[in-house]
Amino acid sequence: MTEFFNTTVGLGYEWSWFLATIVGILVIALPLMLAVAMIIYADRKIWAAMAMRRGPNVVGPFGLLQSFADGLKVFLQETIIPTAANKGLFLLAPIITFTVALIVWAVVPFQAGVVLADINVGLLYILAASSLGVYGVILAGWASNSKYPFYSALRAAAQMVSYEVAIGFTLISVVLWAGTFNLSGIVLGQQNVMGIHLNGFGFNPLLFPMAVLFLISSLAETQRPPFDLTEAESELVAGYQTEYSSMSFALFWLGEYANVILMCVLNATLFWGGWLPPVDWAPLYAVPGILWLFAKMLLFFFVFGWIKATVPRYRYDQLMRLGWKVFLPLSLFWVFLVSGVLMWMRVGFGS
Amino acid sequence: MIQAIAFYLFAAVVIVSGALTISSRNPVHSVMWLILAFFNAAGLMVLVGAEFIAMLLVIVYVGAVAVLFLFVVMMMDIDFAQLRTDVARYATIGLALGTALAVEVMIAAFAWSEGRIDLARRAAPIDPAMPNIAALGQLLYTRYLFLFEAAGFVLLVAMIGAIVLTHRERAGTRSQHVGRQVARRPQDATRNVKPTVGQGVEL
Repeated sequence: MTEFFNTTVGLGYEWSWFLATIVGILVIALPLMLAVAMIIYADRKIWAAMAMRRGPNVVGPFGLLQSFADGLKVFLQETIIPTAANKGLFLLAPIITFTVALIVWAVVPFQAGVVLADINVGLLYILAASSLGVYGVILAGWASNSKYPFYSALRAAAQMVSYEVAIGFTLISVVLWAGTFNLSGIVLGQQNVMGIHLNGFGFNPLLFPMAVLFLISSLAETQRPPFDLTEAESELVAGYQTEYSSMSFALFWLGEYANVILMCVLNATLFWGGWLPPVDWAPLYAVPGILWLFAKMLLFFFVFGWIKATVPRYRYDQLMRLGWKVFLPLSLFWVFLVSGVLMWMRVGFGS
Repeated sequence: MIQAIAFYLFAAVVIVSGALTISSRNPVHSVMWLILAFFNAAGLMVLVGAEFIAMLLVIVYVGAVAVLFLFVVMMMDIDFAQLRTDVARYATIGLALGTALAVEVMIAAFAWSEGRIDLARRAAPIDPAMPNIAALGQLLYTRYLFLFEAAGFVLLVAMIGAIVLTHRERAGTRSQHVGRQVARRPQDATRNVKPTVGQGVEL
C-alpha cells in the first residue's frame, strides 16, 4: 500500500506511509464494526437457543438486521447528561472505552504478514492498551455522580487490575515458549508444536492449563458473565452505564463487544495457532489463514456465549479470591515450571 | 517530517498536561491530565526507539499506578477551602523541590551542550540491530544478573514488609472457608420433616 501511494500516486515516502496506514486502519475498523453488529446478533441467538427461545427474528431475514435497527434506535435518541454529572469526563468515558477497544487491533495478525503494525513488543502493546480500558469504566462511574455507577466503577477497577496480573503471567509462559513478544512470531512458533503435527500451544500439555486460565481470565477482563459484576442488574441497575443513553451508551456497547471479539482472537492467536490450520498437514494450508482465524474466533465466541447462558454469576469475594489466590499463584508457578522445562530442553541439566 | 510533527505533538501535550495536572482544581481531573502526560511521554519514548520502556511506562504507570491514584482520589471527600490553606503550608517545601528540579534540568542541558555521552564507549555495547527488549534481557540476565536479582529481593522485602505492617489478625471475625462451603452437601444442611397439622417444626 505504501508503494502504491509512493510510486503510482507519486507522494513522498512519509506521506504515502501515512496514507497507507490510514487506509489500513479503515480496512480493519470498518469490518470490525460490522462484525460487532453481527456478533451481538449471534450472541443473542446463542443465548436464546440455550434458553429454548427464538431470539431476535423480526427485523430482516432471521432477524439478521436486529443490531442495525438497535443501532439506528440509539442513534436517534436524545443524549441525556445528568445535571450533577461531571460533563467533560462523562462524555469522555465512552470515547475512551471505544477507542481503546479499537487500537488493540493494530497488532493482531490476520494472516502471514497481514498486520497493521508488526511491532516486536506486540504482546506488551496489547497489555498496555487493555490496561487503558479500565479508565472508560472508572470515569463513567465517577462522572455520573450516582451511587450505582460508582459502585460498579470501583468493582471494575479492582476486577480488571486483578485479572491483568494473572493474564500477564499467563502470557509470560507463552512468550517463554515462543521466544518473542511479536504476535506473528508467536503464531509461527506454534507450528507443529511438540512435533505432533498439531498447531497451537494449547496442544502442548504443559501450556494447556495456561490456555484454560487465559480463557477464564479473558472472560473476567471483558466483564462477561459469569464475571459481569460491574453490570450485575440485580444489584447495580446497569452498573456504570446506568446514566448513559443514546450514542454514548452505544459506544460502550460497541467497545465491549469489540473487546470480546478481540479476546476471542487472542485466545486463538496465543494458544490455538492463530491463522494456522489446527493440524499441520499441507492441504489444509490451501485455505486462507484468515478463515482459520475467523473459524477459531467464532468457536471461542460460541464458548463465551455458552458460558454466559449456563454459568451463574460469581459473588464478588469469590471473583477476587479466584484472581488473587488461585490464578496468580498458579500462573506464577507455571512461569517457573515452563522456564525450568525450557532450560532443561534447550540447555540441559548441570550446564 | 511526520517524526517532527509527532515529536512536537507529544512534547507539547506532555508539557501542557503536566501544567494542567498542577493547576486543575478537581483532583480527578489532575489525575487524568497526569495520565495523558504519561501516555505522551510513552509516545516520546517510542520516537527515540525505546519501545519496551514505552510499553512498560503505559502498563505500569497508566495501567496500575494511576488506577490506584484515581481510586484513592475518587473516594476522597474534597474540601477546597482546606486545599487552599494547605497550599500556603507546603509552599516552602514545594518551592525548594521545584528549585532543585529546575537546577537539575539546567545542569543536564549544559552537560548536553558540552557534548553527548559517547554511546560506543559503554561498558557493554549492544548490537544496534537487536530489538531493545532482547538487548535489555541480554544485559539484565548476564552482566547485571546479581544487581537485577538484588533489585528483585528489595522489592520482595518491601512487599512483605507492607503486608506485615498492614495486616491485622482480628479475632472473632466470621471469615469464609471456601473448602468447607464447597464440601457442604444438601443432605448435611437440610432435613426433610413432615410436621403434623398445628404442631410446627422444632428448629
